[in-house]
Amino acid sequence: MSAPIKTPAAETLSRPAGLAGLASDWASDQRTFKNVSWGKAMMWIFLLSDTFVFGCFLLAYMAARMSTTVPWPNPSEVFALEIAGTHMPLILIAIMTFVLISSSGTMAMAVNCGYRRDRRKTAILMLVTALFGATFVGMQAFEWSKLIAEGVRPWGNPWGAAQFGSSFFMITGFHGTHVTIGVIFLLIVARKVWRGDFDTERRGFFTSRKGHYEIVEITGLYWHFVDLVWVFIFAFFYLW
Amino acid sequence: MAHAEAQAAQHAAHTEQQQHPIKLYLLVWGLLFVLSAFSYLVDYFGLQGYLRWSLILIFMMLKAGLIVAVFMHMAWERLALTYAILLPPLLVLVFVALMVSESNYVLFTRVTFFGAAP
Repeated sequence: MSAPIKTPAAETLSRPAGLAGLASDWASDQRTFKNVSWGKAMMWIFLLSDTFVFGCFLLAYMAARMSTTVPWPNPSEVFALEIAGTHMPLILIAIMTFVLISSSGTMAMAVNCGYRRDRRKTAILMLVTALFGATFVGMQAFEWSKLIAEGVRPWGNPWGAAQFGSSFFMITGFHGTHVTIGVIFLLIVARKVWRGDFDTERRGFFTSRKGHYEIVEITGLYWHFVDLVWVFIFAFFYLW
Repeated sequence: MAHAEAQAAQHAAHTEQQQHPIKLYLLVWGLLFVLSAFSYLVDYFGLQGYLRWSLILIFMMLKAGLIVAVFMHMAWERLALTYAILLPPLLVLVFVALMVSESNYVLFTRVTFFGAAP
């Protein structure tokens, strides 16, 4: 074996790292995102756009809260619950946070098992993730019903600034929708994994293309993003 | 031989796999739990003022960083993707600055011309 043959793939692998790599990857007449499939790159770009959507929601909330002359309701009290006779501030939201973080953990495990081509474990972990997600949405439905029963409306509430209701329903509603879509996405991919689509290279019914275990990681990106958004909502809406 | 290596390289390049030790995921999982507990305790103990806000922001950024870097594997991606995804959201901070200024003005007009006390 003399000089190694330079193939496009080998060249990709020997590209410079760090800032020099950044410059050469973005240089003209080539594919920018090396080593990343189109599916993953597109999911990232979608998540970037979704970041702006949630960024704008949180900004609107900030502007409403900063410019109102009426005191803002205290979220610590609004979301408090009586558990076994004890008054626990913000407890439901804390439990929801832990549920979502747990789901992120099981999702990370599922991605890991997927790349080890462990069909059973991957599917089970994805189903557990979906279950955590459904639990989260259920708790959110409980929280919404409780607040609506207490008289919170998008145009007013018993405790203070009217914008509290509209911000709350808008932000948590949009986030809950994302979680719901994520649960459906997880169930669809988990079914494919369980059936062994990525081992038998079965073609998708819509795209007629062979699937790969990479879809587990792409689903995971979406799911972790949902968790990520909750981190910001928890900090800015519930704790601030 | 060279051909086989090139084939292997091509396969690796096509499906770059994010394979990391499970221990790392468990560690991050645990850290996220601890950080969430800390943020909850900030509220539980009723800390107020700058201490509250800085603690909330610190815990929030640490959690977000851990999720993006490890769970979403951003720490192992090439800089071309990392910067393309992580730099644009920073521009939201410009929007924040604009809206803070706008909100202060709206509050000022409400207090001055509508006689509402803040």
